[in-house]
Amino acid sequence: MSEKVESSGPLPAVPYIKLPEGADPYLEGQKCSSCGAMYLGQRMACGKCFSRDKFEAVKLSDHGTLHVFSIVHRSFPGVEVPFVSAIVDLEGGGTVKGNLVGVDPTPDSVELGMPVEVFFDDAGRKDSDGNSYVSYFFRPAA
Amino acid sequence: MGDVYIQGVDMIRFGRFPDRSLTSLGAEAALLALDDAGLNMGDIQAAWCGNLGQAGGMVGQRILQEIGQTGIPVVNVANACATGATAFREAWMGVKAGLYDVVLAVGVEQMGRGLLGGAGGSKGISKEGLLGSGIMPCVFAEAGVEHTRSYGTTFEQFAQVSVKNHHHSTMNSKAMYQKETPLEDVMGAEMISYPNTKLMCSVNVDGAAAAVLVSEKKARELGSGRAVKVRASALTSDPYSDRDLVMPDINTCTRNAAAVAYEMAGVGPDDLDLVELHDCFATAEILHYENLGLCKDGDAGRLIDEGETALGGRIPVNVSGGLLSKGHPLGATGIANIYEVSTHLRGEAGARQVEGARLGLTHVIGLGSACAIHVLEKPA
Repeated sequence: MSEKVESSGPLPAVPYIKLPEGADPYLEGQKCSSCGAMYLGQRMACGKCFSRDKFEAVKLSDHGTLHVFSIVHRSFPGVEVPFVSAIVDLEGGGTVKGNLVGVDPTPDSVELGMPVEVFFDDAGRKDSDGNSYVSYFFRPAA
Repeated sequence: MGDVYIQGVDMIRFGRFPDRSLTSLGAEAALLALDDAGLNMGDIQAAWCGNLGQAGGMVGQRILQEIGQTGIPVVNVANACATGATAFREAWMGVKAGLYDVVLAVGVEQMGRGLLGGAGGSKGISKEGLLGSGIMPCVFAEAGVEHTRSYGTTFEQFAQVSVKNHHHSTMNSKAMYQKETPLEDVMGAEMISYPNTKLMCSVNVDGAAAAVLVSEKKARELGSGRAVKVRASALTSDPYSDRDLVMPDINTCTRNAAAVAYEMAGVGPDDLDLVELHDCFATAEILHYENLGLCKDGDAGRLIDEGETALGGRIPVNVSGGLLSKGHPLGATGIANIYEVSTHLRGEAGARQVEGARLGLTHVIGLGSACAIHVLEKPA
């Protein structure tokens, strides 16, 4: 993990989940200052314009629209199915992948382009050392 | 610079061979290709071997230990599902550069059953089913749903790809499956990742394919009348795109490779008589109709509806049965596609022969990403 977190508290499921003390969790992007390309995680240089050392950490929006999805009925052993795998374009830039919850996992219940919001919750799984994790999820925006 | 020719090419029947070694499968394909070329290992000046599962295992050298150790340069190649085609292309480059007159390209794979892919092996907890899914049926389902989003492509249209390719495979004795799958069977099969049902996912099989490539000078000297001309070889990786971090862009690298290949061959998609493209999932085939320029953007659904890509149609696609039915042994697939198109160009494809085939295209794509395209021409 890229950040030190107190061992007693839950850890972020991926490094771009930020868990500030006394504030709401959020997703962090790395924005290229030269061309505006948005990344999840650090880069040596921008994949789009090649500029170096010019990334700005930005707080990504917790609102976006559903770009595409699939409904996964078979996954690796131990993974609960079915679930909606969703790719969401966030307002203001950044695309993230996650589970869409709060809808029936059927094609008719999921609408392409629907507005969604990002929320954070316990990941529901622990690592081999017993640590808990916080992950992000999508749900239909009110 | 002279042209490069495929003097010999063949594949073993794809299937499951748990009792055989990986190298014996590769060796068998290599010997078949050498026999087809009328040459032997003593004639081969360099070899390239494509394999993923044992990428660190010097598979090419081990194959030569089974069929002839002459001390030639051997290079082992890994490039995801484009592995076999990349080995072929590297061999092509060796001849094209004028370094060699006769070279060998082998692709071989032994696969387990089950799902490929999944979120990477970083520390902490598994992300599969937590942050969406990284399994291949889902990744390609999401790519297909993007086409639905743009053009309204339906589940049924995606499923028709499987109906067509499974039908084609009934005429190919080297395919893993040779079984008709009516539309209701395809759509009613176990849903793996919507809209890909089990019958819309390629088959994990063992397999091997090989090709002997020669220089123009050597082809003329051998004068077999069966040498297939390599009109173009193109390889691309994925350029930057906004969603590439979470959604592999299989479209742009294919479009870029197609542009390079058509330019190099001096032909366009309308000049092609058949295509073997990377139908790892039924959804993918629809996207590649447009990526390869077989129709204009948005027309792929109509193409499958009207049977234009079926044997006997305007531009037959995957008459071998495709990865969906012939099987998809990752390292072998790219060369097996080249075998299929070459066989048609030689007029030797039997019941599934595309009549009068003069020019064909092969396409594979490996996620990560790598796209390889070859344009092949009928023996003069």
